[in-house]
Amino acid sequence: MQEAIISKAKQLLADGTVNRVIGWKKGEFAYDITPAIFESAEEIDADFVYDDFTSANVSKYLVKESKKEGKVLAFLKPCDTYSLNQLTKEHRVKRENIYVVGIPSDGKLDAEKIKAKGITGITGVEKDGDTLKISTIYGEETMPVAEAMSNKCLSCKSKKHVTYDELIGEDGEVIDSNRFGMVEELENMTSQERYDFWRNELSKCIRCNACRNVCPACTCENCVFDNPDSGVQNKAAADSFEENMFHIIRAFHVAGRCTDCGECSRVCPQNIPLHLLNRKFIKDINSLYGEYQAGADTTSRAPLNDYTQDDCEASIVHERGVE
Amino acid sequence: MQVNENKEFQPLIVAFCCNWCSYAGADLSGTNRLNYPTNVKIIRVPCSCRVNPMFILRAFQKGADGVILCGCHPGDCHYTSGNYFTRRRMTLLFSMLDFLGIERDRTRVEWVSAAEGAKFAATMNEFTEAVKKLGPNRRLEDLRCRKQ
Repeated sequence: MQEAIISKAKQLLADGTVNRVIGWKKGEFAYDITPAIFESAEEIDADFVYDDFTSANVSKYLVKESKKEGKVLAFLKPCDTYSLNQLTKEHRVKRENIYVVGIPSDGKLDAEKIKAKGITGITGVEKDGDTLKISTIYGEETMPVAEAMSNKCLSCKSKKHVTYDELIGEDGEVIDSNRFGMVEELENMTSQERYDFWRNELSKCIRCNACRNVCPACTCENCVFDNPDSGVQNKAAADSFEENMFHIIRAFHVAGRCTDCGECSRVCPQNIPLHLLNRKFIKDINSLYGEYQAGADTTSRAPLNDYTQDDCEASIVHERGVE
Repeated sequence: MQVNENKEFQPLIVAFCCNWCSYAGADLSGTNRLNYPTNVKIIRVPCSCRVNPMFILRAFQKGADGVILCGCHPGDCHYTSGNYFTRRRMTLLFSMLDFLGIERDRTRVEWVSAAEGAKFAATMNEFTEAVKKLGPNRRLEDLRCRKQ
């Protein structure tokens, strides 16, 4: 796959369709791969990588990149195309300045999960059916692929590219993966249990703002959390209230626009399951206002910018679920 | 010496009232000499849809034990559709607060028209009682703002 992508990138650069490429480049270790911009075939040859650890969603970089001179080539996995579509819908990107090549993804791996098995010094991985062959500096190791799969891929919602100019490989289908399982589990807890669960999780927050910065839906140029008068400017939360507030507001600001790409949880250095907050909103929107998948198209109205005369009343929250 | 040892807990209720209906409704309940608790502090907003989720959280931060949002009945909004947006927004916000384990009876949305002075008083009496039963807000408070 990597070869096909690299030759496509070089071909499009050579024929002048695009003048730069957004992809991924190797970091210090095999698994710390970061998004990067390449401007020449030499740079691509030296650093470009696409493997089982390239889980970063590059859509958000297009907000800035698409406003620059010339066309930019972006390689997008199915889930990333939803984010780009949502950004196009909100007029945050110039779609005509982006050349999208859709690439398939069979699920990305989470290096932390491999390390949790006591496997360190990873130099490379290879999927062989259901087993994962991991080469380390200490020798060869194996583990089931499913156990190393990143959380966001375990609850994959779609293998279908919703926007692209060209495809490498086959296009997939929207899949049903029971992604609301954990949300339902929490909903069935008592209010005290839920409170304890979230206190336990949110108190780990160090307010690094990584969840906000990585989120393809969070593209405000002036964020409410950057306002010096707000009292909640970038700083460690001084009180449990601030932790709650930051996460409620962060999730609320993307409610109805979140495509459930799972980047927030992936980048969280404290492993807080932040996607559950977003999924709760998605689940509520689906059940109260009709099925809605943000980014699936560029024309429908966002649920929070829309209404019907016979929407349910807010008291519905009091009427359902466990107290 | 502790003076207020046996004093019953008095909740602080913040009521966001829209300028065109609920605020006038509150006014009417006053001119009709209807009683509603002094625990209720009214904040007038141009439309119920002016209320940002942050306002609700801020009210809790600054010491409110319950927050109620009052607006025109659906269909009666002075700005045609403001309260329809409020309705969706607040449903999602309250559902999220419930999801985080915040007691669901601390928040409410009620539609009160300018002619419903009696409803305003009754709603406030009822809501204050409900919040009184829950006790002070501990799950969504800011210790730095607590009055000693």
